[in-house]
Amino acid sequence: MEYLIGIQGPDFVLVAADNVAASSIIQMKHDYDKMFKLSEKILLLCVGEAGDTVQFAEYIQKNVQLYKMRNGYELSPSAAANFTRKNLADYLRSRTPYHVNLLLAGYDDADGPGLFYMDHLSSLAKAPFAAHGYGAYLTLSILDRYYKPGTNTTVLQILLTLRFILNLPSFSVRVIDKNGIQELQKVTVGAAK
Amino acid sequence: MALQDLCKYGYAFSGHFGQVSTSAQISSDLFSTHSGDLSTPSLPSVSSQPVPLPFPLSHGTTTLAFIFQGGVLAAADTRSSCSGLVACPAAQKILPIHSHLVGTTSGTSADCALWKRILARELRLYQLRHGRRLSTRGAAKLLSHMLHPFKGTELCVAATLCGWDGEDAKSQESGFGPCLFYVCSDGTRLQGTLFSVGSGSPYAYSILDQGVEWGLTVEEATAIGREAVYRATHRDAYSGNCVDVYHGLFSRRSLRRCLSLQPRS
Repeated sequence: MEYLIGIQGPDFVLVAADNVAASSIIQMKHDYDKMFKLSEKILLLCVGEAGDTVQFAEYIQKNVQLYKMRNGYELSPSAAANFTRKNLADYLRSRTPYHVNLLLAGYDDADGPGLFYMDHLSSLAKAPFAAHGYGAYLTLSILDRYYKPGTNTTVLQILLTLRFILNLPSFSVRVIDKNGIQELQKVTVGAAK
Repeated sequence: MALQDLCKYGYAFSGHFGQVSTSAQISSDLFSTHSGDLSTPSLPSVSSQPVPLPFPLSHGTTTLAFIFQGGVLAAADTRSSCSGLVACPAAQKILPIHSHLVGTTSGTSADCALWKRILARELRLYQLRHGRRLSTRGAAKLLSHMLHPFKGTELCVAATLCGWDGEDAKSQESGFGPCLFYVCSDGTRLQGTLFSVGSGSPYAYSILDQGVEWGLTVEEATAIGREAVYRATHRDAYSGNCVDVYHGLFSRRSLRRCLSLQPRS
């Protein structure tokens, strides 16, 4: 029941995730943040099995920060995505694989914006738009129909607002561009009071 | 244990846990051995084949905790059930961990009691080594990382850690005031203002969602905590007997145990 979406624009990446942390039938938190800041211009969005998400995402987060401390410069989004995928793959055939689905979004000063889709079988794909969760079945076809590479932020935000479905009451939205990560206003679905 | 370190007992085979000094090191060590074979005398080890259970365990309880302007309130029932019979009608499910931290326990009683003791030990060692108390957030992270190697086994611990942070100048950076964390053996770790755990938790949630707000007085908060557990014990077969209420305030803790037969309105 979790949902992630990412859309790449000409010079930004827009990402959104739902805010629910659930335990079987009970919603334990309604303001839970599923985005992990790897560096000033890279966000990792992580959903999946309860403990695996936080453990894996924090592990990647600390390692990316360690790389910066050791080498003096940050990993690019593409390098961070490949590092994440390698870790997922290494654990996949161990006794304790991580069951997590990820979106990695970042802005590289040289290559521009990038959105990377990863799933629990450690596949990696750079994509102009991507989504995880049951909501993906409904939103991907909309994006296929309406997405154009040059779309600007406003249109994409409207697209997100109009088309968010399911029973998820609110979503956090963030934009990554050359200035870093900005948090946009939370999107709340009107039906949930 | 501290005495063990002092006497240098068990260093020959104790591996990393004899020398650990920070929670970060614990977590990094745990990550380097993700399959979790901690074969030291200090910690229970993960066996590759689970020992068959003598009888089916059921995890019946109602515990809750919430924070409000007067501090943190934790309440729990006292019934310890064991596949259909009441093993103990006066169990204590809210355990003090250190002077400013209590934890409610849910899940397997033995696992909870053990892990609470281990957590209390590690927090006390941290305090002795670093000269300051670990914050509630740090304690939750420590417990979560200690439980991580046992994910996928029969271990079942679902605890809420309720504490008060930051009364001394050194720990100001960790925030000041009451703090509440939910930690589960499946890896969940959530910070929040209201949690209820256990088989009776849905019944308790509905009472709490109606009445809990920041501005409650201590008496109102105690009453609503007691009422929520009482209603849950009425409906849930695995919760019952008495209600323990803990109120955690700045440098003080008070425990009140009362009957759950009639709620005071």
